[in-house]
Amino acid sequence: MSYSYPLLSYIVFMPLLGLLVILFLNKEKHSTIRWVSVFFSFVTMILTLILLKDYNWTTHEMQFVEMHQWIPALNAQYFMGVDGISVPMLLLTSLLSLIAIVISFNITKRVKEYFVFFLLLECGMLGVFVSLDFLLFYFFWEVMLVPMYFLIGVWGGARREYAAIKFFLYTLFGSIFMLVAILVLYFASEPHTLNMLEMTKLGPSFSHGIQVFTFAFFFIAFAIKVPVWPFHTWLPDAHVEAPTAISIILAAVLLKMGTYGMLRISWPMLPEGIRYFSVPIVILGVIAIIYGALVSMAQKDLKKLVAYSSVSHMGYCMVALGAYTSVKALAGCMFQMISHGLITGAMFLLVGVLYDRAHTREIAAFGGIGKKLPVYTALMVMFSMASLGLPGMSGFISEFMIFIGAFPSYPILVGISILGVVLTAAYILRMVQRVFLGEFDTAKWGGLTEINAREVLAVAPLGLLTLFIGIYPKPLNELMRATLENIVMLMAR
Amino acid sequence: MLNNTFIIPLLPLFAFIVIVFFTRWKEKLSAGISISMTAIGWVLSIITMIQVVTHQGEHAVRIEQAFDIINFTGFRLELGTLLDPLTAVMLIVVTTVALMVQIYSLGYMHGDPRFSRYYAYLSLFTFSMLGLVVANNFFEIFIFWELVGLTSYLLIGFWFEKKSASDAGKKAFITTKVGDLGFLLGLLIMGMTLGTFNYGEVFGLVEAGAISGGLLTLMAIGIFCGAVGKSAQFPLHVWLPDAMEGPTPVSALIHAATMVAAGVFLVARCMTIFIASPEAAMTVAWIGLITAFMAASIALVQNDIKRVLAYSTLSQLGYMIMALGLAGFTAGTFHLMTHAFFKALLFLGAGSVIHAVHTNNIQEMGGLSSKMKTTAMTFIIASLSISGIFPLSGFWSKDEIIASAHNHPFFMVIALLVAFMTAFYMFRLCFLTFFGAPRDQEKYDHAHESPKSMTMPLVFLAVLSVCAGWVGIPWLKHGFSSVVYHGHPHHVEANILLMIISSLVAVSGIALAYLMYYKKSISAEAMGRRFQPIYKLLYNKYYIDEIYDAVIIQPIYWTARSLWRFDAGIIDGLVNLHATVTIWLSKVKYWIDVYIVDGIVNGLGLVTGAASSVLRLIQSGRLAHYLLVILFGLIVIGFLASSNLLNWAFLEVGIH
Repeated sequence: MSYSYPLLSYIVFMPLLGLLVILFLNKEKHSTIRWVSVFFSFVTMILTLILLKDYNWTTHEMQFVEMHQWIPALNAQYFMGVDGISVPMLLLTSLLSLIAIVISFNITKRVKEYFVFFLLLECGMLGVFVSLDFLLFYFFWEVMLVPMYFLIGVWGGARREYAAIKFFLYTLFGSIFMLVAILVLYFASEPHTLNMLEMTKLGPSFSHGIQVFTFAFFFIAFAIKVPVWPFHTWLPDAHVEAPTAISIILAAVLLKMGTYGMLRISWPMLPEGIRYFSVPIVILGVIAIIYGALVSMAQKDLKKLVAYSSVSHMGYCMVALGAYTSVKALAGCMFQMISHGLITGAMFLLVGVLYDRAHTREIAAFGGIGKKLPVYTALMVMFSMASLGLPGMSGFISEFMIFIGAFPSYPILVGISILGVVLTAAYILRMVQRVFLGEFDTAKWGGLTEINAREVLAVAPLGLLTLFIGIYPKPLNELMRATLENIVMLMAR
Repeated sequence: MLNNTFIIPLLPLFAFIVIVFFTRWKEKLSAGISISMTAIGWVLSIITMIQVVTHQGEHAVRIEQAFDIINFTGFRLELGTLLDPLTAVMLIVVTTVALMVQIYSLGYMHGDPRFSRYYAYLSLFTFSMLGLVVANNFFEIFIFWELVGLTSYLLIGFWFEKKSASDAGKKAFITTKVGDLGFLLGLLIMGMTLGTFNYGEVFGLVEAGAISGGLLTLMAIGIFCGAVGKSAQFPLHVWLPDAMEGPTPVSALIHAATMVAAGVFLVARCMTIFIASPEAAMTVAWIGLITAFMAASIALVQNDIKRVLAYSTLSQLGYMIMALGLAGFTAGTFHLMTHAFFKALLFLGAGSVIHAVHTNNIQEMGGLSSKMKTTAMTFIIASLSISGIFPLSGFWSKDEIIASAHNHPFFMVIALLVAFMTAFYMFRLCFLTFFGAPRDQEKYDHAHESPKSMTMPLVFLAVLSVCAGWVGIPWLKHGFSSVVYHGHPHHVEANILLMIISSLVAVSGIALAYLMYYKKSISAEAMGRRFQPIYKLLYNKYYIDEIYDAVIIQPIYWTARSLWRFDAGIIDGLVNLHATVTIWLSKVKYWIDVYIVDGIVNGLGLVTGAASSVLRLIQSGRLAHYLLVILFGLIVIGFLASSNLLNWAFLEVGIH
């Protein structure tokens, strides 16, 4: 289905337009630059909402399709389209980008470059979620890396260069595997194609060897991004060193590209591959859940704790993806991707708020903050509860769906992974107790100021969505339903 | 009202939202909103109850309403309400106690800096608890199950400046969460085998034998684990005594009357499942019995007035659980109701005492009856009721509990022994608190009766502690058992002999307490010395906390720290090692390039000055340049790897 105007291109390139406008601005005019960024990311978000409004929820067919010849020699196309798994990701990306830009107002170093890189990053992220051509997908996937490298490496914390290089090289390392896998599929297909939908149709006709091999290569690329244990060690470093807004984007959007890639590419395209690797994938997921939770428990730095909790939470996605025969598990995976984006995004935002004021993130340095900052504490406790999967919040729906979906296939492994629920509760509550409860040290922290209106405004949509999805997940469920049921059918080929 | 049950839980939710966002700066208004919403809910619950009782028809009322929140082909999750007699009873219990506690708190929490927040939390709790009792499916009850846990956590740690309070909140949350794992596992088995969470559908399928054998038992025991956590049954009982760190009215509402009874309610709801699985039912009965006995024995020697009551609560909950395990559906739910009233009264009375003397230690009290007449009177009425003295509420319900063990002599003997211990420790408490000479003159001099807002609820609950049980008098034609029953209505036979025996047991317990703590003709100290090891064991609560700390908690912390070292050292170490090796290799290549390749070239005299200056740039020692080298190296490796693999892949294609 096509649309009266190229909405997807507008969405993807709207941030780029903002970037161009900023390039022409005087770099001393910080305020103008900030508001121009806000404006363009806001317009992008409005466009994604228009997309949602006109999206047909009843079919899994690609919608808003745009297809043009790009590089005829390679048969590469400028091919975009969205379905029930990309629409939620686009909404998440545009919302979180806007929030991250609003929370970046306190950046004072090289403001112009910062927002230029940020808008380029947003363009890259949006592009990944709409591309239906391998080359285009790969292009956006790599485009994103460059601004990310600079955003961490220039505006980050003390060990920013180390973290930035580590992130860059690790992801690039994965990308090479993806490139190889793409090339193998390209040459294996007859006629050679880079069209993902064509490839999905062809997928099962490839030999077992090709399917398993390319699946493994794609998996390495995506697993590094997720990150799946044991490819996760770039994550805590990148998170701790990155400025707040970038941590939000990393957690909320970048990690989701890994799982999105799995759901979009390797899973439905290479059914033999997922059948071959499903058990190890679930095992990796279970390890991530338990291991991530335990390592979080040992953290002394608030941001590192949240970073390791991401490793644990993304483990649930892997368990769900391993249970590929269950639409409930896959729905749980999507719910978890969105829910983790909202919750962990908010957690990083709030940790940043505290860091801005206290200039430390060491858990032991705090205590009794709840007395001085009641509103901040209420927000933080709310998202902590969401993070530990409290019912009424989105995280519970996703965990429940994943468990319900995966349990019939892997009763023992799921049985082990639900232990993660208690461990998560333990480390989250320990953190809450040590930071917010207890005696308040007036001499040390008497000068702390309450979270301000801009910050509350930035975090409020995340809270409302977390609650909304937690209480009434049906709209999101309906949005993804047709597509997910189709993906399960594709994998059963 | 029958078709609008959903309104009742939404009222306190509304109060919570209004207080948090609009009135939290105005303390009186916040409390007023909270109390009035609960009061409306209370009136509506009474109307509902009347309609349920007067309902004409062959079957009891059963009205269900629901809507979907998740829907995939062949799988639904729903939210809804179910109104039946059990729900109606629970609505009355919850709203009555909640209302009394909220009124009482006006006086008790007066002057607290977080007064509005306190009422917001109470409203949130009331909402969650009412949601729990009106739920129409297991998924929904699990949601509210966790939400009451959250509010319990928030209220236990209400005075969070105190380390002991925040510790206790955390402990309560995590310990009940352990039980909830079992509950979740039970739900997963249910989802897998039955494909639905709706009560009616699940029970129908269980009765039809859609699940049987080991899986059925596992599912039933899983669900029961949830009850074990929430109702603080052995071995997950450890959180409840610590939960006494919360404000006393909270202990009365959450940790005596309502939330801890949720486990009992859950087991009662699932009666069909436990009847279908005798093994699970027997497990339930044993756990109940063990808890009843263990907790009563600990209560004998504790000195903190609230802790004695906490162990008493454990013990009484064990009673109910035991009755349900022995298929005493009516007995269990009946005792749940009467216990809610007299135990709430005991806690509120204890709160009144603590409010007056500012200590929890009964060894520092004594003689308070002359100064606090209403508190003392009502406390003694509740103590008589819990001890099972004719014709108070507790007498009727406790008798039914003991009667439900009529086929199991061992259970009956232990149940009677527990009844004896209950009467003894309750009156030990009464005598030490209200009679005799004051043991701490200064505290005694300061003591005074509590304000009206606190004593009025005491009187109201005292009336219920006396009369609420009368609805279950066996000779009554349309009593409790003809409304709240499982399967078919049955008439409870009055067992006069048992009534006499249990009354004698109760009276002798009181008499022993009288001799030891009022007359002092038997020395409590001498007894303590004589049975030193037992006394120490009981005083230290069988050392269960210490065992858990050593066997579970410390090993988990140790594992966490070790894994963190492993992560930073080994896993990340490998990543960094890889980088280091790559850099080192590129340096080697560079050396080869400069001294061997370049040396040869130089030797041939073919290198221009420009080339060497370019090379010098590379050797700048800057990380970014090395990065480029690494990148290049990786691409070459990747290319080589891919070309080999491509060959392989083509061979594969060729074969096909």
